[in-house]
Amino acid sequence: MSRKEPLAAKQMRMSYLFVFGYVLFLAAFGVAPTVYALYLSVMSGSGKFVWFRNFNRVRHDFRFMPDVIHVGTFVLIWLVALLVLVTVLAIIVHSLGQRWLSPSVRFIYYIPGAVAGASSVVLWLFVLNPTVSPVSGVLHAFGLKTFVQTISPAHLPVIFAIIAFWSGAGGWIVVMYGALNSIPSEIMEAARVDGAGAVRTALHIQLPMMRKWISYMAVISLAAGTQLFVEPTVLSQASQGVVPIDYSLNQLAYQYAFKQTDNNGAAAIAVMLLVVCVVLSAFFVIKGGLFERD
Amino acid sequence: MSATSPRSRRNQVSPGRWLGRATVTTIVVFFILFFIIPIVWLLIATTKAPRQLLTTGAFEWGSFHALSANWSALVHFQGGVIFHWLQNSAVYALSALVITLLTSIPAGYALALGHFHGRKVLLTTTLIVMLIPNTALVIPVFLELAAAHQIAHPLAVILPFSFFPFGVYLTYIYFSTSVPRDLLDAARLDGCGELSVFSRIALPLARPVVALVAFFSFVANWNNYFLPFLTEPGRREPIQVGLTELLSSVPAFNPTAAGVTTIELPTLALATVFAGTPVLVIFLFSQRFLVSGLTAGGTKA
Repeated sequence: MSRKEPLAAKQMRMSYLFVFGYVLFLAAFGVAPTVYALYLSVMSGSGKFVWFRNFNRVRHDFRFMPDVIHVGTFVLIWLVALLVLVTVLAIIVHSLGQRWLSPSVRFIYYIPGAVAGASSVVLWLFVLNPTVSPVSGVLHAFGLKTFVQTISPAHLPVIFAIIAFWSGAGGWIVVMYGALNSIPSEIMEAARVDGAGAVRTALHIQLPMMRKWISYMAVISLAAGTQLFVEPTVLSQASQGVVPIDYSLNQLAYQYAFKQTDNNGAAAIAVMLLVVCVVLSAFFVIKGGLFERD
Repeated sequence: MSATSPRSRRNQVSPGRWLGRATVTTIVVFFILFFIIPIVWLLIATTKAPRQLLTTGAFEWGSFHALSANWSALVHFQGGVIFHWLQNSAVYALSALVITLLTSIPAGYALALGHFHGRKVLLTTTLIVMLIPNTALVIPVFLELAAAHQIAHPLAVILPFSFFPFGVYLTYIYFSTSVPRDLLDAARLDGCGELSVFSRIALPLARPVVALVAFFSFVANWNNYFLPFLTEPGRREPIQVGLTELLSSVPAFNPTAAGVTTIELPTLALATVFAGTPVLVIFLFSQRFLVSGLTAGGTKA
């Protein structure tokens, strides 16, 4: 007993040392910016406490509601596409068999993930430009003759959803594939013996087993979607303002901070976006039960 | 006909089944094309002269001559600024990668196998922060750095990049599922100190997860656009931001660019290839452990 106590104490001390560096970064680039943004959002430019005045000011900005609608429409389209297509594709790819076909298809679907960020948007500038596009036939079929026609405001949510789906879906298909693999083969075999076809197996066995992972994808994508920034920024640059420079909420926050030197307004928008993400994430971590390991 | 053997009957596919298979094949092939065509086209576009891009078939190979012309246009743009951008990207992503490994591997280890006050809180906080998209913190981090007058310094992007809770989570999952506590206890009984238990026993076992964390950290940071867009102006830009800078010199997108050095579309395509290649190469060489990493925990849920 007398030997055990100091050992446990020593272990605990070392544990603090092991987490120290990470906790430092968590404090400096997770907690501190959040707290500072909260602080700025309730202060005036001259450093006076103004309650929710910044939030009200931002909310009544004529660009705010349109941006909420832009982002909301994009997120809705993207989320539906992800939920339906990723689930269906994962089940299909999983049914292809283990040998080489399924891994190859999975990998091909995953490749665009390498071309993320601004480069994926630049790549899609080409694809969306009917004069050079490899799928100009498809664009013409939709009656799109010029780049400006393709990126007209009504099309943007769909375009951003396609770009985001293109570079992100593959990773999720791999994740779902992993979830499908965790279904014991006896269960799948029993379903087959009972005469269940592929569709019924998918609906009654595979989908329920994937449920947690599908909601995980939904939560992450919902949170990430509200942050839309790089796609409209690059398209705006390429189209000389056909796509406005304040199309999304994060772009609006950027305009406040850089063009209007109004850090309090920028902080208010950032806090609103952050609250959405934290609530979604905390709810999922606490209720979702996906990450319990203890 | 009545003498059809059971064997050939099994090979006969019912119309319903045939339709099912045809649908599956169509969907799989359609999405292969959807995911791969833009990339294949981009590679081919770099081999064309600007006019060829408009006049020849989309998947027709251009010429090596045109490729080398595009290459030289790109590397001579603003005195080879592209190499600056690439170098910046490499410095930012690799420095952050090293710091991420130094901080997140020990932290994940302690969270999985250590006992200490606040462990549960730290774990829950990590999970919550991990699910928050990093873009959500960009404006707050920028405001923080601006208040501390740290903008336009390489550290203004390296340090925020180094905060990578997903890496801590991956390490935590790995240690709590694949390294038994008993093993570490046995080493302790043999007189191993805490530090050598970690460095001599746990760390060698953790090689796969170190590779995994390194991969995800590098890819995320190389492709990050929003934060360096705000904090690293001018010649400190990484390639992702530089790429969009090129856009403003492309007359096809920006007619007012005439007069300054212009960039033609195939040259822009080549720059895009440059921006994507490092990650693409890593993808190709690490696909096996990558797939296992993406499903980390998934197979155990």
